[in-house]
Amino acid sequence: MTILVIAEHDNAHLKAATLNTVAAAQKIGGDIHVLVAGNGAQAVAEQAAQAAGVAKVLLADGPALAEGLAENVAEQVLAVAGDYSHILFPATAAGKNVAPRVAARLDVAQLSDIISVESNDTFTRPIYAGNAIATVQSSDAVKVITVRTTAFDGVAAQGGSAAVESVAAASDSGLSSFVGREVAKSDRPELAGAAVVVSGGRGLGSAENFKILDPLADKLGAALGASRAAVDAGYAPNDWQVGQTGKIVAPQLYVAVGISGAIQHLAGMKDSKVIVAINKDAEAPIFGVADYGLVADLFTAVPELVNAL
Amino acid sequence: MKVLVPVKRVVDYNVKVRVKSDQSGVDIANVKMSMNPFDEIAVEEATRLKEKGVATEVIAVSCGVTQCQETLRTAMAIGADRAALVQTDVELQPLAVAKLLKALVDKEQPQLVILGKQAIDDDANQTGQMLAALLNWPQATFASKVDVSGDAVTVTREVDGGLETVSLKLPAIVTTDLRLNEPRYVTLPNIMKAKKKTLDVVTPEELGVDVAPRIKTLKVSDPPARSAGILVPDVATLVDKLKNEAKVL
Repeated sequence: MTILVIAEHDNAHLKAATLNTVAAAQKIGGDIHVLVAGNGAQAVAEQAAQAAGVAKVLLADGPALAEGLAENVAEQVLAVAGDYSHILFPATAAGKNVAPRVAARLDVAQLSDIISVESNDTFTRPIYAGNAIATVQSSDAVKVITVRTTAFDGVAAQGGSAAVESVAAASDSGLSSFVGREVAKSDRPELAGAAVVVSGGRGLGSAENFKILDPLADKLGAALGASRAAVDAGYAPNDWQVGQTGKIVAPQLYVAVGISGAIQHLAGMKDSKVIVAINKDAEAPIFGVADYGLVADLFTAVPELVNAL
Repeated sequence: MKVLVPVKRVVDYNVKVRVKSDQSGVDIANVKMSMNPFDEIAVEEATRLKEKGVATEVIAVSCGVTQCQETLRTAMAIGADRAALVQTDVELQPLAVAKLLKALVDKEQPQLVILGKQAIDDDANQTGQMLAALLNWPQATFASKVDVSGDAVTVTREVDGGLETVSLKLPAIVTTDLRLNEPRYVTLPNIMKAKKKTLDVVTPEELGVDVAPRIKTLKVSDPPARSAGILVPDVATLVDKLKNEAKVL
């Protein structure tokens, strides 16, 4: 049994989500190979080769793979899919984009967003925004899986010494082309993998008021997040949304400020180790999941908290 | 240009589902069912394309039980011109739905298929991508902006860390994210009009598609409950607890 893990990267750095996905592969058991599909991505392949538990790295390097277009990356995965028993992607925007394309072409079902491995064909995954956990068994010859990265502690980034093997890179499908990317520049950690997350909700009241969270995030070395209500109201950018249909986070510490706690939001953060809620409404559902709740006006409590840290 | 919009009937967004005591699934008897919210955004987007004169006809389709006809009527009340239901009582998984949709695409020959990025019941996030693969069409998932021009569609996508824009050759698949648009309220006159629009019913057998499930659900259980926390009286106590009890500072 050999497992293929599809690396998440930006052609320069291997993303931590890959290490979580390798950890899920280890739970299944068997040799683990990592596919790096990119352009000028030799450094990524070398980083993947150092990850603990990786037996071999396949590097597909070519211009058609530069921007991670789903059509080309799926062709690349299919080109090497061969005899792998399991093909694992991190359940990131990129992984979710490509994995079903691969599964459909192999005529197999896909298991989305697994949170545990029960055996080599049985897994658990959340359904209904995490309000229920399904134990599911696949009867297909190849299991195509996306892995909820927060559910698996990543393997060590160092210590491995896998061989890097070059494979022929897929050519361009001619169906799609990359136009551009707007990536917010930030010195803060990436939301999905941050150890501390400070999130704001509708209680902040405006985009201007949202900035009250900056000094708190600075003090805690935290990533900033937001509820859907705050994003819809334009207080925070789209990619800050934590919840069922946004980012799933499970930091050591999650600080929810002015967030009422709709089930769709809880779905995205309730696996955090410690949850702090600050809200002036004592009846807010967020207090039902918070380890520490503070019923207070956030506009006085947050600056006070910053001073106390 | 024809636009095809698949819609799914799901447990309403506001319902908190309960796991059945025998762990065979969640209890959906007597709960409110609605159109999957992302699919509503898809119908709205297609309708706007028609209102702009880009699309000539919007066809809503659904796969599932006979009650999905209600969901299709809602789609037609928003603005779809006609509808088709692939009716079956079999539990449909994303691969099977993608195959049924492919059969409908082969029949209708749309230039654009707009789907919701995921359904809020199984949270799979697969059908659009699978349909694109089966058709060998390009795809743009998680769309927050769609612009059709000539024989291409330019789509801005919500990705980790920001936005990405891709251009696809038509025919193409687009899946919607939350902020693509805000669906209109359905008015009573439009609900009445929708009742008169055409709704065809076919079966998977007529389309020649095998819809047998590939994944077996062994059990459905409650998520681990968080133990109840405490309320702290002030910020000083909060900081003390975080430092000395939770040890996260």
